[in-house]
Amino acid sequence: MWSFSHIANELHEWLSSIFNPTWTLVIEMVLAGVAVIGLFAALGLVLVLMERRVAAWIQIRLGPNRVGPQGLLQSLADTLKLIVKEGLTPSGADKLLFNVAPFIAMIVAMLLMAPIAFAKDFQLWDMNIGVLYVSAVSSIMVISILMAGWSSNNKYSLMGAMRSGAQIVSYELSAGLSILTIVVLTGSLQVSDIIHAQATGWWIFKGHLPVWIAFVTFIIAVTAETNRAPFDLAEAESELTAGFHTEYSGMKFALFFLAEYINVFIVCAIGATLFLGGWMPFHIGNWTQFNHVMDYIPSSIWFFGKTFFLIFLIMWFRWTFPRLRIDQLLNLEWKYLLPISMINLLLATAMAILGWHF
Amino acid sequence: MGASSLIVLIIAAVAFSGIAIMLSTLVLKGSKNKQKGEPYECGIPTQGKTWIQLNVGYYLFALIFLIFDVELVFLYPWAVVAKSMGWIAMIEIVIFFFILFMGFLYAHKKGALKWM
Repeated sequence: MWSFSHIANELHEWLSSIFNPTWTLVIEMVLAGVAVIGLFAALGLVLVLMERRVAAWIQIRLGPNRVGPQGLLQSLADTLKLIVKEGLTPSGADKLLFNVAPFIAMIVAMLLMAPIAFAKDFQLWDMNIGVLYVSAVSSIMVISILMAGWSSNNKYSLMGAMRSGAQIVSYELSAGLSILTIVVLTGSLQVSDIIHAQATGWWIFKGHLPVWIAFVTFIIAVTAETNRAPFDLAEAESELTAGFHTEYSGMKFALFFLAEYINVFIVCAIGATLFLGGWMPFHIGNWTQFNHVMDYIPSSIWFFGKTFFLIFLIMWFRWTFPRLRIDQLLNLEWKYLLPISMINLLLATAMAILGWHF
Repeated sequence: MGASSLIVLIIAAVAFSGIAIMLSTLVLKGSKNKQKGEPYECGIPTQGKTWIQLNVGYYLFALIFLIFDVELVFLYPWAVVAKSMGWIAMIEIVIFFFILFMGFLYAHKKGALKWM
């Protein structure tokens, strides 16, 4: 009744009854743009606060708890502080690239929102190559990082950008191969098809060993791809001050920061969609009674619950593992994860052909 | 919404970042001096040029990545039809992976995967 798709349809009908089709489309585009910007800002504020609270909880301290109830307004206060800071451009920098880089980071983060299904039948564009689109667009991210590092005229930045480039392109391979495992099992690249294939049970339960291996590989690979600890060599504080955004300050720094958190959200949303069923409620085979009870929980709550569970997992990694060295990092990918995920893909193919999954 | 959503998203991203940066320049009352524009180097002046050549290892990894990335793009159409094609798809992908893995082993033997 109050589902997102219902509201969207009602809005569409109401607008069509007042305006002609062209104006309806224009107004819907504006509304979608405003909604996505709102989601962006809200996610940024929530995730930064969540990171700090989770960190505090893991280290047995309180964390931000003074601004607003339970520190809820802390990230709003931080944003206000960042707005009044000066956005400095160093005198030796390549001014054009330096100023364009945060925009590209934001555009990439925003474009990745398109194929994500936030709730039942609620998606910006359900394209038939959804999964391929995600891996194609997310690899543009490395360009903004290289631009930022190269144009800053700072050795720390250049070093951080180079490391980040090597790391992101390496880990993209095993992330792609673990996504392909699910594509082989489903037989479609479309996000809605992948979710509907999990109506009798999520892939992580239906898929046995190959999907478990793929899930673990995927989580490791996306942690590295989003430059999160223990793979945060691109901005290793203790050696490179702040890595590729050493020279950025004020709002430009805030944009990089926001893009990083949005990317974490997006990869977790993709992981939840592929392995944990997206908005699909927890269903067990043909237990109709049980499935019916589960359907009462709204699909958007299922989606955000799974996504935030994965985000919590990635934050947990950050405060548990020490940082890797660059050669260890590349060894882990090329000598362990890549061969494992290649063999795992063959295993998944054999299983899909034999029909051994439920 | 279809393909037009991509245009909406790009415009939204540019508008969001643009407004945020504009807002901060509006409330700003900055001053300019010579020290302020220097690159951050923990208080000491930068030695030599910044835009230098880096370790060749990065280049080698980029080259190997290129091979594997092209291979990954070939795998996407295969993965969609693999289940319906049956064992023929399996045999084909085993041959494909075998050739690729030989190239990977060659690179490994040549020491391209070793960090210098």
